[in-house]
Amino acid sequence: MTTTTEHGLASGPAPRLTEGLPEVRANRRRFSWNTAVRIILLLIAATLTLGPVLWTLSTSLRSPSESFKLPPSFIPWNPDFTSYGQVFQQLDIFLLVLNSALVTGLIAVGQMVSAALAGYAFAHLKFRGRGALFSIVLATMMVPVQVTIVPVFMLIRGMGLSDTLLALILPAIPTAFGTFLMRQYFLGLPTELAEAASIDGASPWRTFRSVYAPLAMPGMAIVGILAFNFHWNEFFRPLILTISEQNFTLPLGLVSLQGNLGTGSISVVLAGVVLSMIPALVVFMFGQRALQAGLTAGTGK
Amino acid sequence: MSTTVPPREKTRQAARAGKAAPARTVRRGTSRHSQRWLAWAFLAPTILGMGLFTLIPIVASVVLAFFRWDIISAPTFVGLDNFAEVAQDPTVRVSFLNTIVFVVVAVALQLGLALALAIMVQEKLPAWLRVFFRSAFFFPLILSAASVSIFMRYLFNEQFGVVNWLLSLVGIPAVPWLTTPGGSAAVVILVYVWQNFGFSFLLFIGGLASIPVETYEAASIDGATGWRKHVHVTLPLLSPTTLVASVMAIISALQVFDQPYVLTRGGPGDSTRTAVMVIFESAFQRLEFGQASAIGVLLTLIIMGITAVQFRLSKRFVFYQ
Repeated sequence: MTTTTEHGLASGPAPRLTEGLPEVRANRRRFSWNTAVRIILLLIAATLTLGPVLWTLSTSLRSPSESFKLPPSFIPWNPDFTSYGQVFQQLDIFLLVLNSALVTGLIAVGQMVSAALAGYAFAHLKFRGRGALFSIVLATMMVPVQVTIVPVFMLIRGMGLSDTLLALILPAIPTAFGTFLMRQYFLGLPTELAEAASIDGASPWRTFRSVYAPLAMPGMAIVGILAFNFHWNEFFRPLILTISEQNFTLPLGLVSLQGNLGTGSISVVLAGVVLSMIPALVVFMFGQRALQAGLTAGTGK
Repeated sequence: MSTTVPPREKTRQAARAGKAAPARTVRRGTSRHSQRWLAWAFLAPTILGMGLFTLIPIVASVVLAFFRWDIISAPTFVGLDNFAEVAQDPTVRVSFLNTIVFVVVAVALQLGLALALAIMVQEKLPAWLRVFFRSAFFFPLILSAASVSIFMRYLFNEQFGVVNWLLSLVGIPAVPWLTTPGGSAAVVILVYVWQNFGFSFLLFIGGLASIPVETYEAASIDGATGWRKHVHVTLPLLSPTTLVASVMAIISALQVFDQPYVLTRGGPGDSTRTAVMVIFESAFQRLEFGQASAIGVLLTLIIMGITAVQFRLSKRFVFYQ
C-alpha cells in the first residue's frame, strides 16, 4: 500500500513483515468493522449538516400553502416555482442583489488592491519603522468590530455618508488580515527576482509592476474570495449603518421579509434565502480550496 | 552611509563592478530613496484607512465610555458612572452571564465535535468519501448566519417544525424550542455550532496531517491500538492546534450576535440576550452611546484577558514537538 503523507493515520504498521500470519487477518477484519461504524457516524453528521439546507431548497420549491406540510420533503419531486415569483413581488430583490453585489464587489477589489500594495511594502521594501508598523496592523485584528462600531457610526455621520452604500464599503477596505496574507505571499516569492530586476536597472515601481504584481494574482484571489464570502453574508454592520430599505443588503432584506410575512408563507422567505445562497455556492464550487487556505492561514501548523 | 553591506547590496555592487560608471552610484542613492517613497505610497491606503476607521474609533470608544452622550445634546463627563451603571444593570449582567454560558457550552461542543469528526475523516477512508465529508462539514461556513437563522427558526417551530416531527418519531413530545428560556438558549447554541464547527474541523485536519506517520507506527509497535493510540499520541501532538482552535472559537463566540438577534431577539425575557446585543441596543435603540462604549470596553478587556490566560496555560500544558 502506498503511504500518502496527507493523512498520517492511513497506513498501519509495516504490513509486509507479518504477511500471511493469522493475527493480520483478525486485525484486518476488526479494522474494517471499525471503518463501517466510522462511516455511519460520519454519514449521520453529514446528513445533519446538509439536511437543513436540502429542506430549505425543497420547501422553497413547494407551493406556499404546502410549505409546512409534514412529513417534510428533502428532495423536490414536483418543483413548484410560485414562491420564487412571489418573492420578487414581496421584495425588491433586484435592488437587494445589486446593493449586495456592489458593496461586496467594491470591498473585495479594494481589499485586494490595498492589501497587495501594503503587503508588498512590508515584504520587500525597506523603510524605517517597518517592524513596528506591521505589529500595529496585526494588533488591530484583535479588536472586535462591535467595539469600534459606535465611533465609526459617528464618523460616517460626520462625513455625510450615513445611510449610503459607501458607509458600508469604505470602512471595510483596509484589511489587517489581507495585508498579513499578502505579506506572507510576497515573502514566499524568491528575492532573486527583485535582484535580477534591479540589476537590469528597473526602478522599485517597475520591479513591483512587471515582476511581482503578476505573480501575486493567486494570493490576491484568496484575499478577494475571503472578502466576498464574509461581506456577502454580513449582517451586523448593514443593520447599523443603513437605515432606508433602498440601501439594504440581501441578509437584511431577508430578515425583514421574515418579520413582515410571519409564518404565513415560509416557502416565499425560503425562496429568497435560496437565491441569496447562489453566489456563496459558486464560490464553494470553484474557490473552496482558496477559501480554506485563506481561512486557516496564519494559524500555524 | 552603509556600515554593514547587506548581501543583496553586495551582489548588486558586484554586478556593477564590471562596468562601474559614476552615474550608477547616483542611481543607487535615488533607488533607495524612491524605495522609501514607494513604500509609503503603497502603505497609504491601508494605514490611513486603519487610522481613520480602526485606531481613532478605538481611542474614541475608550474616551466615550467616560461620557454621557445621546448624540443630540453635548456630551458630559461622568467619570466611572457608566461602568457603575452597567455593573448594576440587571439586563447587562444577565447578558454577560448568558454570553459566558453560551461560550462555554458552544465552544466545548464545537471543539469536541470537530476533533472527533476530524479524527474519523483522517483515518483510512476511500478518497472520494473523504472529499465529500470535508466539503459537507465546511459547507455551512459559506452561508450567512442571518439566512441560516431564518430557516432554522422554521425547523425548530414547535408545531410544524421538522425537529419536533423527528423527535415525535421516537416518541418524544413536542419541545417548546423558541418559547421557553432553556429551549431558546439550546437553539441558539445548536444553530451556532452547526454553522461553525467546520472551521475548527479544518484546523484539526491540518493539525492531524502534520503528525508524522512514524509516530503512529512506533505507537502500534508498542501495542497501542484504537482509542488509546489517540489518547496517548494524537491528543498530545495535537495540543498546539487545539490551543489555536480554542482561542479562535472563544473569541468568535464571545461576539455572537446574528443568531440570537434573528432567532429570538434575545428573548423570551432576557434569556438569550448576549453582550453584543446589549451594546447594539443601548447605542442604537436607547441612544446611550457612553454606556454602549463602556460595555464594549469591558468585552474587549475580557477577550484580551482570556487570550492572555490561554497563552499562559499553553506554556505549561501544550506539548510542542
